[in-house]
Amino acid sequence: MKRNGMYFWGGAALFLAGALLMTQVIGNQYPFFACYVILQFIVLAVAWSILGGYAGYVNFGTSAFFGVGVYTAVFLFKATGVPLAVQIAAAAAVGALMGFALGLLTLRMQGIFFSIATIAATIIIETAITNWRYVGGASGIQLQRPAVMAPFDNYVEMLFFVQAVMVVLAVAISRYIQNSWIGRGLQALKDDELAAECTGVPTLRLKLTACVISGALMCAAGAPAAMYLQYADPASAFNLNYSVSALAMSLIGGTAHWAGPVIGAILLGVTQQLLTVTISSEVNVLVLGVMLVLFVVAAPEGIVGLIRKVRSKRNEGEG
Amino acid sequence: MAPGSQAPLLRISALTKRFGGFIALDNVSVDIPPGQRFGLIGPNGSGKTTLINCISGAFRTEPGTVTFRDEDITRLAPHIRTRRGIARSFQIPRPFRSMTVAENLMVGLDFAADTSVIVSEAQRRDTMMSILTRMGLASKANVSATKLSQVELRKMELARAMATHPKLLISDEAMAGLSSSEVDEVLDLLMSLADQDITIIMIEHIMQAVMRFSERVMCLEAGKIIAIGTPDQVMANQRVQEAYLGT
Repeated sequence: MKRNGMYFWGGAALFLAGALLMTQVIGNQYPFFACYVILQFIVLAVAWSILGGYAGYVNFGTSAFFGVGVYTAVFLFKATGVPLAVQIAAAAAVGALMGFALGLLTLRMQGIFFSIATIAATIIIETAITNWRYVGGASGIQLQRPAVMAPFDNYVEMLFFVQAVMVVLAVAISRYIQNSWIGRGLQALKDDELAAECTGVPTLRLKLTACVISGALMCAAGAPAAMYLQYADPASAFNLNYSVSALAMSLIGGTAHWAGPVIGAILLGVTQQLLTVTISSEVNVLVLGVMLVLFVVAAPEGIVGLIRKVRSKRNEGEG
Repeated sequence: MAPGSQAPLLRISALTKRFGGFIALDNVSVDIPPGQRFGLIGPNGSGKTTLINCISGAFRTEPGTVTFRDEDITRLAPHIRTRRGIARSFQIPRPFRSMTVAENLMVGLDFAADTSVIVSEAQRRDTMMSILTRMGLASKANVSATKLSQVELRKMELARAMATHPKLLISDEAMAGLSSSEVDEVLDLLMSLADQDITIIMIEHIMQAVMRFSERVMCLEAGKIIAIGTPDQVMANQRVQEAYLGT
């Protein structure tokens, strides 16, 4: 365990150092634009997996949380002009509250009812924002980026690094949950909720905790998006694509291990970016769908599940 | 041991449970003193499992109270009742399927272990292994719960219940579907647990097992208590014979 932790934090430090180095060395802006999106999806997929993977409660409302994150930042920026870090922190707080409220209302329902409720929440919130003039309403809002902070010489580079920090944070939280009693409790209630209760697991409280953490991370991931595009509108901030992508990335990567959503998000994220450049941005959705179907049929446990299967086969062969 | 001579461990008073218009339990009252081996019998659909669900908290009861160790637990959630010392097994085993046998027990130890005794991770592991050894499952510790045989599943459910350090263990047909030698095995296990100051409520259809195990037997029919007493008294009861044995 101890050694694993050292490897993990060593890897995280290396990753952040590499990201920082990239911003200092590479002059071309495109890699940052592309990588920002991939990093954002890693955070979303990891966050989704905390509730959807560990607890087995399928959340179709990723875009609701993401969009609320976007608009928390937009509102704060327009109203007070607070710096990016404050916008992200505020978005995380709003996301946590939203997760708590949504969880309290819906987590008593099991299975599909929770999923339906999350879709309903997305529609309600999007409609509310669409009719809110102050943040641009249906036509959206243009935003002027403030001056960039040292050591970065470009705002997108800074956003890229900020998102990289959030990736480390999200993965660290997810990894902590998986290895702790919270993870064991979530796994137990995913397997059998009544048996978990009768073994002492406070199922509702654990589900709420997962929903709060997941919601906070999703909102935080959305907060820098408005500055990234210098524009925000309800249709794209609450785009169903975020929900589908986060879900597909987690399932394709595998939800049994924290690394699953990371692998899935990198794999799908890179593929999408490549396709956007080489063919068209519309093909993305098609590829996402096809890959999801392939994995559900051929590897329902995702890539992590495949790796585990191969490993256990090899061990059996040796024994 | 005369019932009533000491404070009961579990007191059920005037418990009624309805499902729509169907009355599953009708004004059931019973005291179970600490340390008693209590057998619960009755034909299918007589309300045995419903009673267990009301004790363990899976069902909320309308009128009626459940008192455990002098505390009213009628409104408590199941996981809190488990921590207070009520553990159960299920009629159809409900293991955590994505986990190994050891991990199944660790859930109980993580969430409901006796924290005055067990503090560290190492102590939890030791306790887990000693429970598995007693249940004869030590060699299966790292086996997936899905790979167990029927009797092993039954034992694992009892082992998982033991991990929550119960004062009251409810065994809901832990012997259903087992061979006669396996029934003896599980019965011996339950006997050895009862010797350790654990009060046990056993629901069972296998009459020999109930008669051998129980100090006191209660028979339910259509949600009502029709007989309660020593095994011999209950078996001799005319209504029990009519309702349960069909003679």
